[in-house]
Amino acid sequence: MTDAALPSPALDAFIRRDGKTDRVELLIKGAHCASCMTRIERAAKAMPGVATARFNLTTGKLSVASETGRADPARLIEAVTALGFTAVPYDPAEALAEDDRTGRELVLALGVAGFGAMNVMMFTVPVWAGLFGQELGPETRTVLLWLAALVAAPCALFAGMPFFRSAFASLRKGKANMDVPISIGVLLTLAVSFSETALGGPHAYFDAAVMLLFLLLIGRYLDHRLRRNARSAARHLLALQVPMAVRLDGRGVRHGVPVAEVMPGDLLAVPAGERAPVDGLVERGSSEVDNSLISGECLPVSVGPGAKLYAGALNQSGELILRALAASQDSAIAAIARLMEAGTQSRSAYVRLADKAAAIYVPVVHSVALMTFAGGWLLGLGPREALLRAAAVLIVTCPCALGLAVPAVQVAASGRLFRKGVLVKSGAAFERLSEVDSIFFDKTGVLTQGRPQLIGADPALVALAAPLARGSHHPLAKALADAAGPGMAANNIVETAGSGVEGIVKGRRARLGRAEFVGAVSEGSATELWFALGAEEPIRFAFHDALRPEAVSVLQELRRMGYRLALLSGDVPAAARSAAEALGLDEWHGAMTPAGKAAMIDRAKAAGHKVLMVGDGLNDAAALAKAHASMAPGAAIEASQNAADCVYAGGNLSAIPLTLTIARQTRKRAVENFTFAALYNAVATPAAMIGLVNPFIAALAMSGSSLVVTLNALRISFAGRRA
Amino acid sequence: MNLLLFLGPFSVGLGLLGLGAFAWSLRDGQYDDPKGDAGRILDDHLSQGPAD
Repeated sequence: MTDAALPSPALDAFIRRDGKTDRVELLIKGAHCASCMTRIERAAKAMPGVATARFNLTTGKLSVASETGRADPARLIEAVTALGFTAVPYDPAEALAEDDRTGRELVLALGVAGFGAMNVMMFTVPVWAGLFGQELGPETRTVLLWLAALVAAPCALFAGMPFFRSAFASLRKGKANMDVPISIGVLLTLAVSFSETALGGPHAYFDAAVMLLFLLLIGRYLDHRLRRNARSAARHLLALQVPMAVRLDGRGVRHGVPVAEVMPGDLLAVPAGERAPVDGLVERGSSEVDNSLISGECLPVSVGPGAKLYAGALNQSGELILRALAASQDSAIAAIARLMEAGTQSRSAYVRLADKAAAIYVPVVHSVALMTFAGGWLLGLGPREALLRAAAVLIVTCPCALGLAVPAVQVAASGRLFRKGVLVKSGAAFERLSEVDSIFFDKTGVLTQGRPQLIGADPALVALAAPLARGSHHPLAKALADAAGPGMAANNIVETAGSGVEGIVKGRRARLGRAEFVGAVSEGSATELWFALGAEEPIRFAFHDALRPEAVSVLQELRRMGYRLALLSGDVPAAARSAAEALGLDEWHGAMTPAGKAAMIDRAKAAGHKVLMVGDGLNDAAALAKAHASMAPGAAIEASQNAADCVYAGGNLSAIPLTLTIARQTRKRAVENFTFAALYNAVATPAAMIGLVNPFIAALAMSGSSLVVTLNALRISFAGRRA
Repeated sequence: MNLLLFLGPFSVGLGLLGLGAFAWSLRDGQYDDPKGDAGRILDDHLSQGPAD
């Protein structure tokens, strides 16, 4: 990152002011232990003007409060970077949004419901005993029930708030979600129980109402945590992508400016290791540029004055001075972002399994309850008994199992995948992953290593050239140095950007670089490096982008699992074909543009296929967003990681079959849970209708069904522990 | 019977005490950084207690 080198005014936007203190939040990567925490906090507190500094090891955020006007994010970043960590400023708006208020409300509601469910039992267990002929006078029973009401009613009203609010909001929109029957069930149960207690009857369901909310809140909280974890992971990715550019003014002074402020005609500096912020023409300097994000072509291209650079191109060796051709929103990247947006919208129309179930469940249960009431009254039960039975129907069928069926399974599955280094971003992603029938792969960085590797060279020659290669920043030279292993660098190394390096090897002058630089004749390929020792004949080293070692076996496994596989590469057709042949893929497409990849997805969708897209580059981002489901390796650029449903660490392809297998299992368990809930309701509803259910049986059936559903969900987690 | 009227509310009161303690610890931010707090307890130089 160049942030540390930027003048401090550029980072002013990251200071949050509240009159008395200035707050700065930094996201720090690489700190994992208590001693890292000590070092970071000490360094921050040693800064002038800092009042308090606190590092949160769980979220990786350092929050520093300074006296007004003395906060200096740039120097803070410098101090933390000096300790060997990566630090980026965190957008104050994002920092506030991160404050997890909903989560705290849910936990508090869960705590209140738990307290209520336990304490109400103190009064209702004796009442249950009375139901089975133990000695309990009606007066004592009524006193106990009033005590139960005193505990249960406030708890149920408080703990039910998340459901009541959601049901109310949904009703105002003219729809009925799952929270409508829950709210009606809870409120009706409380009302019926109060009237029963007042009339001195035994059928009061105070305990069931609170227990129901307790169990449902567990499911709600699990679902919330899954989504929050995914959301904060996505936010961290965004924060790491601080959109800054370095602009040169008329006198050549450098200023850090937000990319959005770059105008056409501005002069921008792009240091080695940074990406071009907007489309532009090279004004000064020469270097190698990695266009893999834009075109998918992985091998570096040399550029000099006059060459055109697209936004997102990675500058690899020397500094380039760029004349901006377009503002950021008109650059090539922005067009891809618009394509992505369109894809994300189409995906949000996906209907989740639980919502499908709720669409059937809600009308059925409510009409059955209504029928029980009307039918009971008509058949001469009397309004009181008929209402009691209708309430019993609502209580025993209340969607405990339904509310837990899906979140519990998805939390267990995401926990198991997380231990294997796969982050699944939402519960819906599991459902979409399980429906996939085709997989489209990007080539560079997904199936291949994404960096050049030396091929077919004599180890003795490699060892000879390695001391020079170790002194160079050029990607091909680095690959040569990697192939040679650790060792010494040559003396007196001089690097000429865009040409090569020169130095002393074994007492003789040696050169490593382009063909012209060492006085050889190029064989017409950009992926070569020449080496000359003294006046000897120059030696040629060739490079290619090697396949990942596990690629062939993983693709075989996926084919065995019955998926249709295809390769969509932005690289030249010859490179795409040779990779496809090496991998045994029949279907491949080369020279694909980002829009072309997205169009391939659309075509497959129109033909009725559900596609999983696996890609890492900016040129894949639109396809990732459009596909039915998508995965990106951890080394992918931020835009792609954000577009993807899940991110797998280390780029190891074996994560793909694992994720798909677990997604299928997840769906299977969820469907099993729904089937069980349906069976349970099929038995419990008639029993409630004919008046067989009393408060004891209702409490037992409800917690029993939830327990079965949760245990079934945990099978996924246990299977992972054994494996 | 009289005993019941005393013991019942008394045990509910004890439960409420626990619930109050839980609500306080939640609001106080004691679950915000479980990993960090485990390390903080071992180091005298770090600021102790939950974050403000």
